[in-house]
Amino acid sequence: MNILLNGQEKECTDGSTVLELLASLKLTPESVVVEHNHEILQPEAYTAAELAENDQVEIIRFVGGG
Amino acid sequence: MLTIAGTEFRSRLFLGTGKFSSSAVMADAIEASKCQMITVALRRVDLENPDDDIMSTLGQREYTFLPNTSGARDAKEAIRLAKLARAASGTSWLKLEVTPDPRTLLPDPVETLIATEELVKDGFIVLPYMNADPILALKLQDAGAAAVMPLGSPIGTNQGVLTDAMVEIIIEQARVPVVVDAGIGAPSHAAYAMEMGADAVLVNTAISVASDPVAMAAAFAKGVEAGRDAFKAGLGAANKEASASSPETGKLSTDLGFLA
Repeated sequence: MNILLNGQEKECTDGSTVLELLASLKLTPESVVVEHNHEILQPEAYTAAELAENDQVEIIRFVGGG
Repeated sequence: MLTIAGTEFRSRLFLGTGKFSSSAVMADAIEASKCQMITVALRRVDLENPDDDIMSTLGQREYTFLPNTSGARDAKEAIRLAKLARAASGTSWLKLEVTPDPRTLLPDPVETLIATEELVKDGFIVLPYMNADPILALKLQDAGAAAVMPLGSPIGTNQGVLTDAMVEIIIEQARVPVVVDAGIGAPSHAAYAMEMGADAVLVNTAISVASDPVAMAAAFAKGVEAGRDAFKAGLGAANKEASASSPETGKLSTDLGFLA
């Protein structure tokens, strides 16, 4: 199935969770914040949050800025 | 000591973390500036560089992080970013920035006021970036802003405090701290803002793009300190007519006719 990850199509395994998505992207959960279909996920929810076709996921973090 | 929303700051220099050539230079510049408040922005993770994480450099230190909403074009986008920032930082501090025009990056006063009202209700400590408009400053203050951040000149332009006449009125009227933000290009600009009675200044570009950002950060720390000390010491009034510094009496000039 495909999801929209940070504005780009991304293929991922059916029924995979946000936690598994982060692991596949080599991202430590503490270093990012995740928005799943416009809802901010608390880190505790990463294991339970299953991805479905056409889900929108934004993975965001702090960068340098003024 | 400067107090914003109950938090005390010894340093009146706030630092932005954008545009540094490396994390190491940024960390050294922050250290040299002695600042205690630093701003950060939120962006989508670069999926090609998952290890590129500013918080791995800064996260362990005892700064107050002031996430900004840069990139937001209206109140709605700013509020969305604010909530993400709170989730990511675990704090409610927020530099509210609403800049609809990418060319000037000037703040939208209407959307900034709307977002301030909503975010304050939602428990955020809001420091809005604003044009140097004294009336708007009062409205933002009444809406519950923890400080106001009038611009000196457009973001990243290094032109200094071109808005000084308005900033002076804002300082005179404000009950909340006034942080002059944006456009401060030299330690003398920072000192000037502090001499006027600003409570703090926020500097980024002038330091990060300097040939030696670490030395420049130290120079800014001195400028801010000197300006603050001068404000406390009380500046003499400016006059158009000369007023001799040396005594008017006992001068030799009338007796020097023999030199002719």
